[in-house]
Amino acid sequence: MTFVPPASPDIAVTFQSTGYWTGVMQRLKRDPVSIACLIILTLITLSAVFAPLIAPNDPSVGKVMLRLKPIGTEGYLLGGDELGRDMLTRLLYGGRLSLIMGVVPVVLALLIGGTLGVTAGFTGGFVSVIIMRTTDVFFAFPSVLLAVAIAGALGSGLGNTLLALTVVLIPPLVRVSESATTQVRSLDFVEAARASGAGSFSIIRVHILGNIMGPVLVYAFSLLSVSIIMAAGLSFIGLGAKPPTPEWGLMLNSLRGAIYSQPLIAAMPGVMIFIVSLSFNLLSDGLRSAMDVK
Amino acid sequence: MSSKEAVDSVLVVNDLSVEFAGARGTVKALDGVGFSLEKGQVLGVIGESGSGKSVTMRAILRILPTKTTKISGQITVDGEDVLAMNEKQLARYRGRVASMIFQEPALSLDPVFTIGHQIAEAVMRHTGASRENARRRALEMLEKVKIPSAESRLRNYPHEMSGGMLQRAMIALALSCDPKVLLADEPTTALDATVQIQIILLLRQLQLEMQMATVFVTHDVGVAAEIADQIAVMYGGRIVEYGAVRDVLMNPQHPYTKGLLASTIHGSMAGTRINTIPGMPPDLNNMPDGCAFAPRCGHAHADCHAVSPKLKPLGNGRQVACVLDHPSLVVQP
Amino acid sequence: MNPVKEANRSNTPVLEVAGLSKKFRVPAAGIGQKPRVVHAVSDVSFRLAAGTTLGIVGESGCGKSTTARLIMGLIAPDAGDVLIRGDVMGRSAKGLKRLRRQVQMVFQDSSASLNPRLTIESSIIFGPVVHGVKQSEARARAHHLLDLVGLDPNLYAGRYPHELSGGQRQRVNIARALVLDPSIIIFDEAVSALDKSIEAQVLNLLIDLKSEFDLSYIFISHDLNVVQYISDDVLVMYLGEVIERGSTDLIYQGAGHPYTSALLASMPSPDPERRTLVAPVSGDPPNPIDLPTGCRFHPRCADVSEICSRLQPRMTQAGVSRSIACHMADRKSGHPKAGALGK
Repeated sequence: MTFVPPASPDIAVTFQSTGYWTGVMQRLKRDPVSIACLIILTLITLSAVFAPLIAPNDPSVGKVMLRLKPIGTEGYLLGGDELGRDMLTRLLYGGRLSLIMGVVPVVLALLIGGTLGVTAGFTGGFVSVIIMRTTDVFFAFPSVLLAVAIAGALGSGLGNTLLALTVVLIPPLVRVSESATTQVRSLDFVEAARASGAGSFSIIRVHILGNIMGPVLVYAFSLLSVSIIMAAGLSFIGLGAKPPTPEWGLMLNSLRGAIYSQPLIAAMPGVMIFIVSLSFNLLSDGLRSAMDVK
Repeated sequence: MSSKEAVDSVLVVNDLSVEFAGARGTVKALDGVGFSLEKGQVLGVIGESGSGKSVTMRAILRILPTKTTKISGQITVDGEDVLAMNEKQLARYRGRVASMIFQEPALSLDPVFTIGHQIAEAVMRHTGASRENARRRALEMLEKVKIPSAESRLRNYPHEMSGGMLQRAMIALALSCDPKVLLADEPTTALDATVQIQIILLLRQLQLEMQMATVFVTHDVGVAAEIADQIAVMYGGRIVEYGAVRDVLMNPQHPYTKGLLASTIHGSMAGTRINTIPGMPPDLNNMPDGCAFAPRCGHAHADCHAVSPKLKPLGNGRQVACVLDHPSLVVQP
Repeated sequence: MNPVKEANRSNTPVLEVAGLSKKFRVPAAGIGQKPRVVHAVSDVSFRLAAGTTLGIVGESGCGKSTTARLIMGLIAPDAGDVLIRGDVMGRSAKGLKRLRRQVQMVFQDSSASLNPRLTIESSIIFGPVVHGVKQSEARARAHHLLDLVGLDPNLYAGRYPHELSGGQRQRVNIARALVLDPSIIIFDEAVSALDKSIEAQVLNLLIDLKSEFDLSYIFISHDLNVVQYISDDVLVMYLGEVIERGSTDLIYQGAGHPYTSALLASMPSPDPERRTLVAPVSGDPPNPIDLPTGCRFHPRCADVSEICSRLQPRMTQAGVSRSIACHMADRKSGHPKAGALGK
């Protein structure tokens, strides 16, 4: 007896069609920690950007009478620093430089290191060996010492510090993007793309980049938290921003003497660095979890 | 099921239902599955994706994730109530009373220990044997599964062995403590043809020799024909047909079984179009009301979409979950 | 119109493979040990007649997947040529691009062969766009093909691979293979991972598409039943070599290469009354690193004789459309059973 099937089509799948990044954003929005970090970072960034508009005082004008005045002094909401300047104003203005010195090197390192890593991962062979072994050489130096050495050699000043930090951050990004590219490159769909006659650039642009962005971005975010600290650190030892520019690391240094008399005020720039760094770190964790679900 | 059958049966599953809590709500993976097996009997379970065949086995061994799974019903192995066991009892039960072999041997063997070590360790833990005796038993098991140069294989690591060897090693490990029930989850699916037939013959021989009640899950009808005494065809979390292997394969009653067998490709069908079952296996997140197979069934009518048919006994141990009231579905003894 | 297909009526095979060989170097296992060589494919030659399906069977290590990739140019061969309609295909970037308009491939893992970040439509139009087709035209073609493979473009074009079932994804892969209008499609275990009922549907689809688009197929599979069903001719491979070739009917009749006979006898018997009692061959398929001398199958052959370990058998004609690489097929080989095969 033959089985005669009725003419009915495939049962339609009734899922919603969301893109990958849309899904990531949705999951991120549901994570309270990530939302909190995003809000904090946005607030700090905005207050840094709009510092001239919202700061109550002039960051470079110090009143001798108000030196190291405690929190809550009239006019100086968060107290006065060792030269009598308003802490609140200097923290707001300091954010500008600290954030720039933290974020810009990561962005630059991502562009340069990412390109190098993808090239090494995709091409393989001799090119990969050159790129990766050069990267290894840089890895031989502890990052902080390397930053100090380069900044020291170039001298202080914003441009030099940015350069020093970028150079230090390129190797880890090369490694992460190379390893991600190598993994993706061996997947069947890349082979299928090659089998359709596509050249390397098309394959990288369409197939590789979209699939490595996830892990690379997560890593870049975690590097942001490190970069902020290193930038502040360089300023702390005098290789970053120059006084009297307000910058959190620099402020930590200049307030060192006040640590026994006004510990809260002396700690404040450190607290700011801590909050920003931690927020970037937690955000990178949140991003990673959001990307984990298939 | 008579009480005499219940007494002789080593494995009794009764009205087993399993629900998973998923991101999109609860999924009923098994719905009222029941069967019994005597000593030395082999049950071949045939089914496709989502049929629940693997879930059944994992429920019997209690290796489903505990937090998100809800199991109801009864599973009795060698007289013991498996669903009521606590962790300590389960540790004694798994490997000693009931044992499982998997599709991917490389995944179930620890890559950092030698084969000999892993088998000996299992024996020591379950039987309390000394290291000496456990080693001897490991060698004995490797010889039993016909691994060539068994003595030197004891010192091999999993990555040093080929697919067929690993499968034999996994079988040796699973059988090392003389289990009463053997659960085989597609153990030959990933093997080459010439190795597959060797493993099937080996399992058949060992099962007979050790008189184990065996549940053998497969999607390949030919493999089931080679090893099973009874066949259960599963679809959408339920058993839809049950009976002796000869009866079910030569004389299928359920429309799904018929469709499956008719669409099984034999070379002799060359040149003709394959009679396929239209549509796709059901989405467990979205089960239709009534009979799970009705959307794809050529004989379905209104009642089929409303009420899910229970397993109906047809005599001689045959059961079919279908209303069977279409004129072409005449019951043949 | 595809000029290759226009010439289908002539006698030149649409695809010919001549002397393909590939060795892989495995780094040394330790200090003081030599690096080893995997003889993945050794001197493989065959022809694909226009409009036919050539099945390739063999077990792990036989080199069938590597052969497919050599034909597609995804791996560079050590030796040998691929000819399309008599023209040798060049290995330059331009040559490969030309080759890949003629030959396309469908892989086994339906989900791994689709970029999870691209919609179905984007995955399909990638190929044509790379070859210069306008986006809008490519999209129209993609929708038309989705319809042909049984997926409603309105429902599926904008979806992502993880939202489709295995069978549906494989249909997408087939549509993607077709969108470049090739003459030849290679299926590398393309239906092996599908449920049996879905596999049957996809096979029916492949047969329909073959006649609709005037295609020739190479069908690689370990499932002997499926190969017998769909192929006109069959190639049997073992340890990187072709050990038997011929029309499907003849090959499946038996009395061929001992390995082929073992392979055929290994198929589980669907009749529970007539079960297999003895395994046709023992041991695992060896890996192509330490090759036996002489005939590569001789260590496992029941009819092995002195000459088998000494001399590699040549491909011998054993019937009107059948050749076997075995000393038993060659009347002049000196094997005690010389001339016994292929009757």
